[in-house]
Amino acid sequence: MRFNAKTSEKIAFALLSLAALTVVGFVLIILGYIIYNGYNAISIEFLTEMPSNMMTQGGIYPAIVGTLLLIIGSMSIALPMGIMAAIYLKEYAENNLITWSIEMAISNLAGTPSVVFGLFGLALFVKYFGFGPSILSASLTLSLLILPVIVRSSEEALLAVPSEYRESSLALGISKWQTIRHVVLPSAIPGMVTGSILSIGRIAGETAPILLTGAAYFLPKLPESVYSQFMALPYHLFVLATAGTNIAKTNSIQYGTAMVLLIIVLILNTIAVLIRRHYRQKLKI
Amino acid sequence: MFNRNHKEKIIESMFFLVSALTVIVLLIMCYFIFSDSLLLFKNISIWNFLTGKFWYPTSIHQQFGLLPLFLGSLLVTAGSIIFSVPLGIACAVYISEVSHPKVADFLKPFIEILAGIPSVVFGFFGLVVMVPYIQNIFNLPTGQTALTGSIMVGLVALPTIITISEDAISSIPSIIKEGSLALGATRWQTMYKVIIPASFSGISAAVMLGLGRAIGETMTLMMVTGNAAIIPSFPGGFLHSVRTMTATIALEMGEVSQGSTQFHALFAVGSVLFIMTLLINLIADYIKTRYRFKVE
Repeated sequence: MRFNAKTSEKIAFALLSLAALTVVGFVLIILGYIIYNGYNAISIEFLTEMPSNMMTQGGIYPAIVGTLLLIIGSMSIALPMGIMAAIYLKEYAENNLITWSIEMAISNLAGTPSVVFGLFGLALFVKYFGFGPSILSASLTLSLLILPVIVRSSEEALLAVPSEYRESSLALGISKWQTIRHVVLPSAIPGMVTGSILSIGRIAGETAPILLTGAAYFLPKLPESVYSQFMALPYHLFVLATAGTNIAKTNSIQYGTAMVLLIIVLILNTIAVLIRRHYRQKLKI
Repeated sequence: MFNRNHKEKIIESMFFLVSALTVIVLLIMCYFIFSDSLLLFKNISIWNFLTGKFWYPTSIHQQFGLLPLFLGSLLVTAGSIIFSVPLGIACAVYISEVSHPKVADFLKPFIEILAGIPSVVFGFFGLVVMVPYIQNIFNLPTGQTALTGSIMVGLVALPTIITISEDAISSIPSIIKEGSLALGATRWQTMYKVIIPASFSGISAAVMLGLGRAIGETMTLMMVTGNAAIIPSFPGGFLHSVRTMTATIALEMGEVSQGSTQFHALFAVGSVLFIMTLLINLIADYIKTRYRFKVE
C-alpha cells in the first residue's frame, strides 16, 4: 500500500506526537503514582521525627538532614571549582592539547557510572585519606560526580553572553579579569544558577556512591561531625524497599520517602525553569 | 601597569589550575581503581576472571568469573536501547521539528523532570508497579527479570537520548531545510531525507551516551532485576533474573572485608565498567567531532 506524500506526513506526525505523549505519560504516571500513594504518609511528624521501632514507625528526619548536609558539602566544593573551570575553558583557554585534554577529562567524568565514583571515593577518601565512611567522604565523592555537570552548564551560560559585551569592555581598556568579573559574569550567572540547581537534584538522588562511602542503614541520631556516618533519603528508600525485614509494614514510609525525594526534585526543577524563563526574556531586550 | 598584568596572570593561572584538576582527578581515578583491581590477579589469572562462567564470591571454592555479570549488563542494556532509542529520537524530532514552539516549551520541562527523577525512585516504582505487572502478564514465578530492568533503565536513558538528539537536530542550519522545502518536499520528507541524515552523527552520539547511561545504572537494576548471577540465555533470558556488573558492586561491597580477594574482584568489575564507559565516551566524542555538519 502506498500513501501519497500528504497522507504519509500526517501518519508520521501522528506517530511522532504519540512518542512525545508516551514520554510525558511515563512522567505523569510515575509522579502521579508516587504522590497519590505517598501524600497520606506526609505529616509534620513524618518530616521531623526520628525513625523508631526498627524503622517501621516514626519519621525520616535524620535522612532529610543527611541529604541536606550532602548537598551543602558537595556544592560548596563543586560549585566554585566548576565555575572556575568553565571560566578558564571559555574565556582564557587557547585551542591546544592541554585544553583538549581538559575537555576530554570532563566529558569522560560526565560519562563515568556513579558506582565507579563510589569505588573511587571508597579507595581514595575512605581508605587512602582515612576519612572513613563519613559525610566528608561522601560529599567529596559526590562533588566530583557533579563537577562535570556544573562545568558544562556554566560553559553554556558563558557561551550565551554575546561577544560584543566582552569586546566593548576590552576596547575601553578594561582588563580581561575585570571584564569577566563585571561584564561577563553578571549576565552568565542566571544560567550558571540554573545548571547548579539541577545538579542539587542529582546530589539528592544519588545512592550508589554514598552507599559505598558512608551512608548508614539505620542511625537514629543526627551526625555529630563531618566524620560521622549519616542517613540519606535515597538510601533510606532503598533499604526500606528491599532489605528491611518488615517490607510490608514500612509501606507508607517508603511511599512517603519517595514522595519527599520527588518533591525536592520537582521544586528544584520548577525554580530552574522559572529562572531560565526570566533570564531568556531579559536577553531578548 | 606591571602590577595589573601581574594580577591578571595570577588569576588566569589560578583558573587554569582548577581546570587542570579535572584531568588529575581522572588520572587518580584510573590509578586507584586499576591498582586495587590488579591485586586480584595475584590470586587468579586475568583470563580466568574475564572468561569465568561462575560468580561465587562467598562459597568455599570462591570463583570470580565476570561472564554472568557482563552478559547480564549486556542483556539489560540491549533491551533498554531497543525501546528507548526509537522512542527518544521520535520524541526529539517531534520537539524540535514538528511541534509548535509553545508546545515544545511545555514538553521540555517534562524531559527535565524525567532526567531529575532519582534512579532509586525509578527502582522503587519498578519494584512496586512493574515487577508485579510483568509477573502477571508472563505468568512468572517472579517479576524481577531482565525485561523489567530493561524497561526501567530505558526510561532512565531516555532524557539523555532526547536532549542530545534534539541539540543535534536543531543545530542543522535552516538553509538546508528551506532548500528542501523550496524544492516541493513535504515537511516529513524533509525530515527523514534531509534533517535526520544531516544530524545522524549527533544522534549516534546521543545513542552512545544513552548506552553509557544504561550500562552504568545501578540502583534501578539492583531493585528490579532479581540479582541472580547466572549467565542469561537469549532471548529467553529476558524473562529470568539477571545480575549486572553495577548491581554486583553495590550489593557486595557493603559486606566484604577490605583487602580480601572479593574486595579486589569488585574493583576489577568496576575497572571493566570504567573502561567500557570510557570507550563509549571516546567513540561518542569521535563521532561528534569527526562528522560534525559543516556548511560553507
